[in-house]
Amino acid sequence: MLLFILKRLAQSFLVMAVVSAISFSLFNFVGDPVNNMVGQDATREQRVEIREKLGLNDPILTQYARFVGNALQGDFGLSYRIRRPVDDLIMERLPATIELVFVSAIIALVFGIGLGVYTGIKRNSWISRAVLSISLVGVSLPTFIIGISLIYLFAVILRWLPSSGRGGTVDLGWWTTSLLTVDGWRSILLPAITLSLFQMTLILRLVRAEMLEVMRTDYIKFARARGLSDRSIHFVHALRNTLVPVITVIGLNIGALIAFSVITETVFQWPGTGLMFIQAVNFVDVPIMAAYLVFVALLFVFINLIVDILYFVVDPRIRLGG
Amino acid sequence: MTELLRINDLDVEFPTRHGVVKAARGVSLTVAPGEVLGLVGESGAGKSTIGNAIINLLERPGRVASGEIVFQGEDLRTYDEDRMRKVRGARIGMIFQDPQTSLNPLLTIGQQLVETIQKATTHRGQAATAHAVELLEAVGITEARARLNAYPHQFSGGMRQRVVIALALAGDPDLVIADEPTTALDVSIQAQILDLLKRLCRERALGVIIVTHDIGVIANIADRVAVMFRGEVVETGKVAQVLGAPRHTYTKSLIAAVPRADRRLERFTSVDYIEGSGASGAKIDVRSHWLGKGRRGDPNIRDVIELKDLNLEFVLQRAIRKKNRKVVRAVDNVSLTVQRGEVLGLVGESGSGKSTVARLIAGLYNPDSGLIRIEGTDVVSQPRSAGARKARRLVQMIFQDPYSSLNARMRVRDIVAEPIRFYRTTESEAETRRIVGDLLEHVGLGAAAATRYPHEFSGGQRQRISIARALASRPEILICDEPTSALDVSVQATILNLLKDLQEELGLTMLFITHDLPVIRQMADRIAVMRNGAICEVAPTDRLFAAPEHEYSRHLLDLMPRMDLLDPDAA
Repeated sequence: MLLFILKRLAQSFLVMAVVSAISFSLFNFVGDPVNNMVGQDATREQRVEIREKLGLNDPILTQYARFVGNALQGDFGLSYRIRRPVDDLIMERLPATIELVFVSAIIALVFGIGLGVYTGIKRNSWISRAVLSISLVGVSLPTFIIGISLIYLFAVILRWLPSSGRGGTVDLGWWTTSLLTVDGWRSILLPAITLSLFQMTLILRLVRAEMLEVMRTDYIKFARARGLSDRSIHFVHALRNTLVPVITVIGLNIGALIAFSVITETVFQWPGTGLMFIQAVNFVDVPIMAAYLVFVALLFVFINLIVDILYFVVDPRIRLGG
Repeated sequence: MTELLRINDLDVEFPTRHGVVKAARGVSLTVAPGEVLGLVGESGAGKSTIGNAIINLLERPGRVASGEIVFQGEDLRTYDEDRMRKVRGARIGMIFQDPQTSLNPLLTIGQQLVETIQKATTHRGQAATAHAVELLEAVGITEARARLNAYPHQFSGGMRQRVVIALALAGDPDLVIADEPTTALDVSIQAQILDLLKRLCRERALGVIIVTHDIGVIANIADRVAVMFRGEVVETGKVAQVLGAPRHTYTKSLIAAVPRADRRLERFTSVDYIEGSGASGAKIDVRSHWLGKGRRGDPNIRDVIELKDLNLEFVLQRAIRKKNRKVVRAVDNVSLTVQRGEVLGLVGESGSGKSTVARLIAGLYNPDSGLIRIEGTDVVSQPRSAGARKARRLVQMIFQDPYSSLNARMRVRDIVAEPIRFYRTTESEAETRRIVGDLLEHVGLGAAAATRYPHEFSGGQRQRISIARALASRPEILICDEPTSALDVSVQATILNLLKDLQEELGLTMLFITHDLPVIRQMADRIAVMRNGAICEVAPTDRLFAAPEHEYSRHLLDLMPRMDLLDPDAA
């Protein structure tokens, strides 16, 4: 097990090295950074001076080493536009995104697995058919349409929930949360549902397919022949066996939730990192883009590591060897 | 009470799009306590259906159409699902064929046992655990208490089947239905499991229904036997009477088709009673045909296959420290020669390395050390050389599983023609097609099979396709890896006869791998016995059966099901 984790860690380092190289190359390929920093009327001397000051005349490898060295200390430089340290900006915005992703992941898991099991067991009931038909909407409609429709229905017509922002937040010093106030919960509900819908559908369909598969296996037949109750067969024997492939997909998709949050945050004006990234793209704010890239990759790598460890917990065949 | 279970005039139907299929018609059976009833028949005869119908677990959309299932004086057909669930496990236990798949891989056997015990009996908590330990001990698992925390994959196949039996007994049932309980197991394990079932049956006065296709199992364990054919019970009676002096034509031909270990026959007896099982199709004259020409064997070389000090290890578990690594010596210093035109039998239990040897010769694995010569050409040291490639082409394989060894998305023509096209051994596509047609005729399928897909054929027919495909590269050497172990006895007989004929017509050298001693007795000229990757004994067939030298060969021969019952004189 230790060997396995070490191997995965080594792979993670490789991934991070490649991603950091790509983020670094943004500085050189997305326009001239100096142009982005100084105004139209800057003199040639000023430009040269800034180039020298930023170290842009050094060999490319030296620059990359400096980028990685700084990044390891959490320093991604100054935002071109806001002129504040990028890491401060990210840390300010991060709680909003993490809470949004967390809440929508919970929604997607609870409803996805629950409905998946239900539709897998009662595959011919009208409720299953209805759930499956409706779930098609979840996959086929783009996130922003769903978001806007939800805003229109719940915020404009019914006026139950706010349409944008985080609502009331509580500052815990190192973390601002919207999960401690009623107003905050009201605000997070619509964006979280919007974000989770696609994942929920995916998990639902996957769990259902796995469930149908597992219900046909010999050990389920044998469990029935021993007179075990349906509840035990469905939730003890079948569900756990569906989880191994489901964990893989869920792991990858929590990463996707973070990536998709860019659109959702824009639609709901949610002050998270996704919205910040979109604004950075608009203004070619390269340091923010580069940092966001590294940060998302880091999350992906971290989640995948957790998923790999979860395999060990769930499946004794991996844990104990063949 | 002398009667535990009585089935009266049972009909089971499977409604399909093409009308209703009757899986069982007018079946009547009885089982008494302490009695083993054998239910024997070939695949599709409806024998498993009966077992599933008794505990009301028929696969949908199957249903019992009419008849009675009287268990301990009550008709189970009047029970609803809730009452039926209390019958399952607690009063009727069930054992399935494959111990690899019957246990939930994610739960320890203790968890599975305790759950079943708590469901079916009044034992709770510690008492349930204690009962689980007792059950494991009763089925012959040592250190039972420690083994409770083990997962199914940590047990061998035979041990797993013991756990399955313990689970079936967990609710202390009065009737146990065992559906092919030993089919997936080796002979020595089979003998142990059958002994165990018989002992439990006597000790606990259990009624046992044992469903099997294997006459040998019936002869060993059953008191009475019911023979099923196409959903009907054609004959019932005491085992000695039914096997020794069968009355029904089907029973007669079925028993005649069982390969005999006690004497050698020219050909396998095929089951004539079943229409369409015999081979049809025009035979070709192999000497003048493309198939007989251009074969590359050099008659001066006598030893067609030569293996010397062959070794191969498989790594089971990798680790940084050497002592934590687990390796298995799949092939351990194997030296063997096969002479031209000879059929060499390779016999052993699963894990003995016999298939690995075949794969080494076919070039599917590379040995860690040692020498393989095919037709005098060393194929190990320079596996990519032209000579080695040429030699390899002379070796063809026929695999065990007729379902996974054919590409389901290719037409039969393309499957058979692939080696011809790959080696460009014909002048034109028209000639290729003509040859494929001839080959299909010759193996008894008929040229019309060429445009169809593998899934349209039965297991035996698929094995014929595999044989045609192997012949298409004009081999000198045919390696048959358990070619008939997935087939019914009647089909097995026709396939083995076909292989025998081909071997004689074409003068093929054959390596025939099997765990089935009666089959190998009929097929092979010489036999090599393998165990744990090493060869124990190589001897001419008759000498091995008459006077085995190695202790393990004797052990294997002892385990063969006794066939005395089949002789009318003995019975």
